[in-house]
Amino acid sequence: MSPHPASENSGIWKLIFGRLDWSAVPVHEPIVMGTFVAVVIGGVAILGIVTKYRLWGWLWRDWFTTVDHKRIGIMYMILGLIMFLRGFADAIMMRLQQAWAFNGSEGYLNAHHYDQIFTAHGVIMIFFVAMPMITGIMNYMVPLQIGARDVSFPFLNNFSFWMTTAGAVITMMSLFVGEFARTGWLAYPPLSGIAYSPGVGVDYYIWGLQIAGIGTLLSGVNLIATIVKMRAPGMSMMKLPIFVWTSLCSNILIVAAFPVLTAVLALLSLDRYVGTAFFTNDMGGNPMMYVNLIWIWGHPEVYILILPLFGVFSEVTSTFSSKRLFGYSSMVYATVVIAILSYLVWLHHFFTMGSGASVNSFFGITTMVISIPTGAKLFNWLFTMYRGRIRFELPMMWTVAFMLTFVVGGMTGVLLAVPPADFVLHNSLFLIAHFHNVIIGGVLFGLFAAINYWWPKAFGFKLETKWGKRSFWLWVVGFWVAFMPLYVLGLMGVTRRMRVFDDPSLQIWFQIAALGAVMIAAGIACMFIQFAVSIMNRDKLRDTTGDPWDGRTLEWATSSPPPDYNFAFTPVIHDGDAWADMKKRGYQRPVSGFEPIHMPSNTGTGVILAGLSVAFGVGMIWYMWWLAGLSFIGILAVAIGHTFNYKRDFYIPEDVVESTEGERTRSLAMQG
Amino acid sequence: MSAHGHSHHDDHHGQAPAHGTFGSYMIGFGLSVILTAIPFWLVMTGVLGDPQLTAFTIMGFAVVQILVHMIYFLHMNTRSEGGWTMLALIFTIVLVVITLAGSIWVMYHLNHNMMPQMQDMSVHDMSQMP
Repeated sequence: MSPHPASENSGIWKLIFGRLDWSAVPVHEPIVMGTFVAVVIGGVAILGIVTKYRLWGWLWRDWFTTVDHKRIGIMYMILGLIMFLRGFADAIMMRLQQAWAFNGSEGYLNAHHYDQIFTAHGVIMIFFVAMPMITGIMNYMVPLQIGARDVSFPFLNNFSFWMTTAGAVITMMSLFVGEFARTGWLAYPPLSGIAYSPGVGVDYYIWGLQIAGIGTLLSGVNLIATIVKMRAPGMSMMKLPIFVWTSLCSNILIVAAFPVLTAVLALLSLDRYVGTAFFTNDMGGNPMMYVNLIWIWGHPEVYILILPLFGVFSEVTSTFSSKRLFGYSSMVYATVVIAILSYLVWLHHFFTMGSGASVNSFFGITTMVISIPTGAKLFNWLFTMYRGRIRFELPMMWTVAFMLTFVVGGMTGVLLAVPPADFVLHNSLFLIAHFHNVIIGGVLFGLFAAINYWWPKAFGFKLETKWGKRSFWLWVVGFWVAFMPLYVLGLMGVTRRMRVFDDPSLQIWFQIAALGAVMIAAGIACMFIQFAVSIMNRDKLRDTTGDPWDGRTLEWATSSPPPDYNFAFTPVIHDGDAWADMKKRGYQRPVSGFEPIHMPSNTGTGVILAGLSVAFGVGMIWYMWWLAGLSFIGILAVAIGHTFNYKRDFYIPEDVVESTEGERTRSLAMQG
Repeated sequence: MSAHGHSHHDDHHGQAPAHGTFGSYMIGFGLSVILTAIPFWLVMTGVLGDPQLTAFTIMGFAVVQILVHMIYFLHMNTRSEGGWTMLALIFTIVLVVITLAGSIWVMYHLNHNMMPQMQDMSVHDMSQMP
């Protein structure tokens, strides 16, 4: 019906563009087209500003090619925040649709679009918001907290970041070219098989995740090696800051779990691309095996997300109660036990698939057991606060909000762990409310606590509190207003992923939930205003001490922001709260005897490899085999070529170190 | 002490991992050849008669082969890297066992309950299951 300039059937077109043609551009979707126009205008404006102020060289040299773990950490956070806006746009569209589509109304989203939105929301929020943000925080803080100058493999770190970004780019591309998966965020077959999803949506999903997965896995390896091998002298495992412990466990889980996801997605791609029958309904395939395998990755994944934030809450609670963390060693053991138990509970995601009583009760019990170490952590935080001098700064406010919110999410989780109850609540909105309760209340609140806590370290000035408090209250209240109605609806039997509803009595609950989503939107707006206002008033909010919160761990021993080399001299550790111990014993800054510092050089190889990976992904998604083949050869060539790059290190001369350190000594002396 | 992987001062700083001797490499090589040859011989001659028994025997040889590689070629022992290698190995084995045994257990039950027509068994015979 539409006059395509080239017919899909023409041989040469197919050879070059595979299955890509003009019908892939969703011109018939006014919402998508409106977004497209806005993105193009915004994109052109940003590119224009960067070009006008001649920032390209600065961006390339100081940021894109950097191997500095601090800058890479900040880039991870920016990636996460940008993708968060996209993920939240999906969320509020769903809330609006569900509040609207009653009494015969179809709402404003058609089924094809709505199904992509709920899939994209889940995929983006987990893989491209939560994962980059926890990786960003770990990247920035772990080397500083263990007194190291960088991570073990600085180039690998840059490469990991760009591979994660490449996955995000592929996922975002699906919005304007073709479609995204319409399968739900885990793409269960047979729906995600080629027979039921012949389009490009699932292929976008597969290649976006596979390419980002390389980055996640490598950054996991990198951080484990850093924590195991690069701790400052005297820092035994039981003197590690608790955030480093939780990061270590989280990264061990990444390294152990992500290969399972890679393998199961590879098997699904074989089903889709070469006609194997691993997860098909016929030919001896078994779709249930996919569900089993993907949850062997999927359950550890939720602990990968929450464990580092447990570390953040521990650091924040201890700092703002001006006390040592209560029960440090029990905290460590609880973390390790959670990490191991997280591998023994995956079946609770599919109790209803028909495993029978003995299997279901085993996994139900292991699931309930995992709440014990988590509960122990909560009591540790409460006992840390008990008789502490609590300062209710923003990070501490987020921590208290987390404790109140997360406990409710945890209790509904234990309720869902009872197999007979799960048979009633499986795939209902009760489940949706439960996991948003733990992921927003745990992971997001934790990230906000971490951002408010460590922002002064990263940028040298505090975030201002007025807009921060507005954001806090709108977020916390908005969360409760948005998700408590879903518990109610779930108990009444409403299932997830519905687009229209018949029963008019349900509408009020969805309208309340939509109101909550609007409050959260206002909270997000306040957060960005908070960033903007703080940046504009940065001179007033400046922190010259490097230790604005009276912190207890090593990152506060450096200037804010820390120098490129972090520590001029590697500190020697005598106590778990190393910096608190150093302050107590009247630590004096060394003022002489500096040596040249050996540093890794920047390289553009990570950007180039990630760019080629995007090309490879696009080639595979659209069946442009020549593009996939060429870019794959290109990836191998660049990777091998990089091994011959011998210009990978340099020395910061002694006088530069001396002047940097001298300047800081003077600035500290001026404050008395 | 900053980043590793630089061009100069590659190895030999810190405690370098033990490298094998010529003798130990030859022992490892000999063992791997023998452990490869026996399975081939088992399959080609069919001496064991039962294919399933042959398959399990070969798997047994494969496990021994892995151990030979880890000890003679990767120089792993309980002390290397301050015990971290051993700890990582134990963790890996635990997770692999959980994944494989758990999947087999789960999938067996699912097949039994959800695909009864394929197994000629009663659906209600759940008490017989492990």
